[in-house]
Amino acid sequence: MRGQLPQAVPDAEQGDVLVAGEAGSGPALVLSAPISFWGGVDAKTGRIADVRHPERGRSIAGRVLFLPGTIGSSSASAVLMELVHNGNAPAALVLHEPDAILLLGLIVAKEMGWRTPVAVKLDRSRFAGFAGREVSVSAEGLLESRGRLTVRTARRRPVRG
Amino acid sequence: MSLTLTAEEQAVAAGQSGQGAAMAMRIVAESAKLLGAPRLLPIASAHIDGALYHGDSGTLFAERLVEGGAQVAVRSTLNVGALDLMGCSRVRLDEPARGMARRMMEAYRKLGCEQSWTCAPYQAGHRPAFGTDVAWGESNAVVFCNSVLGARTNRYGDFLDIACAIAGRAPDYGLHLQENRRATLVFDVSALPAAFLASEIAWPVLGSLYGREVGNAVGVVAGVTGHPGEDALKAFGAAAASSGAVGLFHIAGVTPEAPTLDEALRGERPEAVIRVTGEMAARAQASLSTAAASDRLDAVAIGSPHLSLAEFDTLERLIAGRRLAAPIYACTGRHALAELDRAGRRKTLEASGVTIVADTCVVVTPILPEKAGAVLMTNSGKFAHYAPGNTGYAVLYGSLRDCVESAVLGRPIFTELA
Repeated sequence: MRGQLPQAVPDAEQGDVLVAGEAGSGPALVLSAPISFWGGVDAKTGRIADVRHPERGRSIAGRVLFLPGTIGSSSASAVLMELVHNGNAPAALVLHEPDAILLLGLIVAKEMGWRTPVAVKLDRSRFAGFAGREVSVSAEGLLESRGRLTVRTARRRPVRG
Repeated sequence: MSLTLTAEEQAVAAGQSGQGAAMAMRIVAESAKLLGAPRLLPIASAHIDGALYHGDSGTLFAERLVEGGAQVAVRSTLNVGALDLMGCSRVRLDEPARGMARRMMEAYRKLGCEQSWTCAPYQAGHRPAFGTDVAWGESNAVVFCNSVLGARTNRYGDFLDIACAIAGRAPDYGLHLQENRRATLVFDVSALPAAFLASEIAWPVLGSLYGREVGNAVGVVAGVTGHPGEDALKAFGAAAASSGAVGLFHIAGVTPEAPTLDEALRGERPEAVIRVTGEMAARAQASLSTAAASDRLDAVAIGSPHLSLAEFDTLERLIAGRRLAAPIYACTGRHALAELDRAGRRKTLEASGVTIVADTCVVVTPILPEKAGAVLMTNSGKFAHYAPGNTGYAVLYGSLRDCVESAVLGRPIFTELA
């Protein structure tokens, strides 16, 4: 395979919408371990700050973020809402199971009238197929990926309420 | 099962009681849908953790509720904020964050919350009756409320706590339901030496181990003879809720839903029995320190959860009028501070080198001086857990006696070993 670009492989999965929001696309970031947003993700930049996390140093900003699990800090919602507000939220969130505390950040941001990314539920056994690829998530929860990742960053514009 | 709201709840969500109340009711209802709760239930009180500044969005949210005319519907105490409004200690938070943190604290006051600013509201006169449903935030307060008081709450996160307080409602699920409060695991400490179990450090150390072992399950501690005292249960719960997602624990013969081991288990067989050995306890104690062998001591921090007056009594007795070589940061709430001021005790403590921290604490806001390679000593399992990440200080864990002796000497000394 070396030296040969992999074939563009369109792939799709239908997820269940957990919190309605805007469709989004960006490079997939598939986390290999659960994460606590409070203390684990920098609320200003979206960088993974937990020194014990395998994806430490990577940014979730503008990514289609695949979460195999979350560790329930009761301030996770505040961190996610802060990221929505400062423009460093993921382009879309894909969760193995609903986390009411984390997703509350999106619910409250919507109440504030801010643009929020869609959050969908998808079994984590389906995550691997998206790793490293450009992924789009529709407002109806359809995930589509194409080709191999070439673009490094895709940031959302800051949203001010 | 889908969520059904009453006609009154629907009317509030539609704006009948103003836009702030509507927003709060919709947030509670949306959360209930995500959790799969079939209905909302009325609550008797709230403890609000959402007034700690994490960024501007939280301040704007609280101010939106104020603009919408919202008021809390039930008694609501406030957890710590990011500033020491009493001016006991200096918080190194720069503008504009400082101003936004102050605006946030002010907005929560305007919503009708009590200016308690403490993570130990249960020692500041807020003690819901056994069996009542409440909506509390702050992990140690949640676990104390459920376990020691026997009131019923889930672990309410930022925003949902204030939304529930305004709506006077919470999603009917989780630990509000009798069947979810049964212990499924036994944490048996009967093999530990009686001398260790009677020591102050036993409770934070065992709490830390308990949290790691049980995660988010409900467990019952067996093998405890006699009530260890409320401050010990406070330390156990805080440590357990730091190392695990513990919302409720039982202690057979001690806590109100566990008159006996069998009653905590509701007569069913436990899914697992964790038999705690001396070696497990020693390992748990060692894991609370990150600076294993250090001659350096920059500060001592105590009061997570906030110190009670009884704990101040012990602190004063241990200092015994001596001058400290390293500062002790003693975190507490206004309920204790008022008493310390009245009796002139605060002046005496400060003269010996104690810095009282009120309304907040040293791991949630920058108070400790920024120093490379600094070492902090604490007797709190919760401080031990959060200080390295939140303050940059390496941590040494020891008893309050060892903390005080070390502060007097200016270097760590350990006399009480497990």
